[in-house]
Amino acid sequence: MKQWFNIQVIYALWLREMKRYLRARSRIFGSLGMPFFFLLFLGTGFKNFRPESMPAHIDYLNFLAPGMLAVVLQFGSMFTGMAILWDRQFGFLKEIMVAPVSRVAIVLGRTLGGVTTALLQGFLFIAVALFAGLKLSGFAGFLLTPLFMIFIAGSFVNLGLAIASMMRDMQGFSIVMNFIMVPLLLLSGAMFPIEQFPVWVQWLSYVNPLFYGVDGLRYSLIGMSKFPPFFDAAVLFLFCSGMVGLGAFLFSRSDVD
Amino acid sequence: MQAITTTNLTKRFESLTAVDRVSFEVMQGEIFGLLGPNGAGKTTIIKMLSTLMAPTEGDAAVWGFSIGSARDDVRRSIGMVFQDPAVDDSLTGWENLDFHARMYGMKKDLRTARISEVLALVGLEDKAGLLLKKYSGGMKRRLEIARGLMHYPRVLFLDEPTLGLDPQTRHHIWEYIKMLNQKEHVTVILTTHYMEEADSLCSRIGIIDHGKILVIDTPEALKNAMGNDILTIKAENLEHLMSELAAEPWVQEVKRYDDRLLVSARLGEEKIPVAVETARRIGTVIQAISMRKPTLEDVFLHYTGKTIRDEEDAEGEVPRGRMRKRRGPH
Repeated sequence: MKQWFNIQVIYALWLREMKRYLRARSRIFGSLGMPFFFLLFLGTGFKNFRPESMPAHIDYLNFLAPGMLAVVLQFGSMFTGMAILWDRQFGFLKEIMVAPVSRVAIVLGRTLGGVTTALLQGFLFIAVALFAGLKLSGFAGFLLTPLFMIFIAGSFVNLGLAIASMMRDMQGFSIVMNFIMVPLLLLSGAMFPIEQFPVWVQWLSYVNPLFYGVDGLRYSLIGMSKFPPFFDAAVLFLFCSGMVGLGAFLFSRSDVD
Repeated sequence: MQAITTTNLTKRFESLTAVDRVSFEVMQGEIFGLLGPNGAGKTTIIKMLSTLMAPTEGDAAVWGFSIGSARDDVRRSIGMVFQDPAVDDSLTGWENLDFHARMYGMKKDLRTARISEVLALVGLEDKAGLLLKKYSGGMKRRLEIARGLMHYPRVLFLDEPTLGLDPQTRHHIWEYIKMLNQKEHVTVILTTHYMEEADSLCSRIGIIDHGKILVIDTPEALKNAMGNDILTIKAENLEHLMSELAAEPWVQEVKRYDDRLLVSARLGEEKIPVAVETARRIGTVIQAISMRKPTLEDVFLHYTGKTIRDEEDAEGEVPRGRMRKRRGPH
C-alpha cells in the first residue's frame, strides 16, 4: 500500500480527536471519577493492609496510585474503539474510508489521537493523585512515566480498534472489552502485590502484559518495582507493537457499514 | 466521452442478487439518475462505483479508472454525498470541510480558499463556525454537497440527496445541484425514488428494479414513449370493459391496475365520450374517468408492472441505511 505514512492524514485524524476530546467535558472529568474514588476510598480503607511483599516505607495509597493510573489508561483507551463504532453508526466512517488514503494511515492517526487523549487523562489523574496524597519518589523516575503510559495506551487503543473492527454494536463491544480488560487488570498487581496469589496464578500475571505496565509505572512514580524498568519497557514495547499490527490488520479488513 | 462505464456489474449477497449484470454509461457533464424503489440496488451500485464495496462480478470505470485496480485514482476523481448524514456533529461546518481537505492532501492556501468557495456555493458562509449538531437537516445536506465538491472531483455521487427533507428544502437542493453541474462542470450521478426529482433534475434516467436496469433514456423520451394521454377509468365490470377497449382501434394500450383501467390514447379528451359509449354498449357503468399526460410514474408502471409505492410496500422493511434511533453527543 503506497503512502501508508501520510503525515497530513495522520495529523487530520489526530486533530479531529483532540477537538472532540476537548469539547467533551463530561468525558474528561467523568472518566476520572471512578479511579479517583477507588484511590481515595481504597487508599483509606486499606490503610493498614501490609503484605510482606510491600516495602514498609510505602503506604497503600501510594502503592495503589500507579495501578489506578494504569486503569485510567486502559479504560481511557477504550474510547478509540468506541469512536470507531460511533463513526460507523453515524456514517462518518464512510467519509473517512472513501478518501484516497491508506488504511494504515487511518489506524496510525486514530492510534495517535487515542494515545494522546489517554495520556492527557493520565496526567490529570496524576495531578489529582498528588492532591490525594501520592508522593513521587524522584524526578528522574517520573520522566520515565510517559514512556510506560504511551506503551500501555498504545496497546489498548489498538486492542479496542481490533475488536471494534469485528463488531457492530456498542453494548457488545463494551462487554467484550470488559471481559478482556478486567482479568488483565486484576492479574496486573495494580491493587495488591501478586505474591498474594498462589504460585500458579502468579504465572498468569507474568504472561499478562499489563503487569509489566503497572510494574513500570510503579518504578517511575514511587520507585518500587519487581523487574528492572528497561525489562518492563521492552516487554510492553513488544506487546504494543503486536497490538498495533493486529489493529491495523483487522481494521483494514473491516467493512464500512 | 464517458464519465462512468459499467459492464455486467454484479453484486450477490449470499442468496440475494442485489445488482444483476448492470451495464450503462454516464456521459461527462450529465446529471444521470438511477430511479427505483428502496431495495432495488441503487445504493449498492453507488457503493461499488465509489470503491466502498467490491463487485462480485463485472467491472466499471470511473473517469477512466477501474474500480478494481485503480481505487485511489477513482477515489480522487469522485465526490460522495451519502444517503445518511456522514458528518461529524461535534465539529463545525468549517472544521468538517477542513478535515476533508486534509484527507485529500490539499495544501493550506488552496484549502482555505476552496472552503470559502464551496460554502458560498451552497449559501452556508455565515454558518461556517457553527457546530454541526446545530444544523438543520437541509443545512447538513448542503454542507455535505459542498464537502463532496471540496477536492474538485470530476464525478459527484449523490445517494438519495433529498431523502427526508421537506418539499421546500428539496426544491432548493435541486437548484443547487443544477447550478453546481453548470458552474463546477461536474458530472452528477444520483439515485432517487422520487419521480419528481428524477424528472426535474436528470438529463437521463435509468429505471432500476430488482437489481436490473430496465430502460435508460431522457425523461421526455421515456414519457413520450408511453403514448400521448392516459385515461384512468373506474367502472363496475372492469374485465369486460378492458377486453372491449383493447379491441378499439384508438386504444394504444390498456392496463388494469387495482380497481382502475389505464388507457393510453392520442387526443385523450376526445376519447372520453367514446369510452363512455363503449361502456354503455356492454352495459356497465363508469364511476369515474379522468385524463392526464403521462408521468414517470406511468413509465415506471409500464416497465415494472407496479407503481413505485407498491414496490416499497411489498418490500416491507427494506433497510434504507440504518434507522437512527439514537442521536447526539459522543
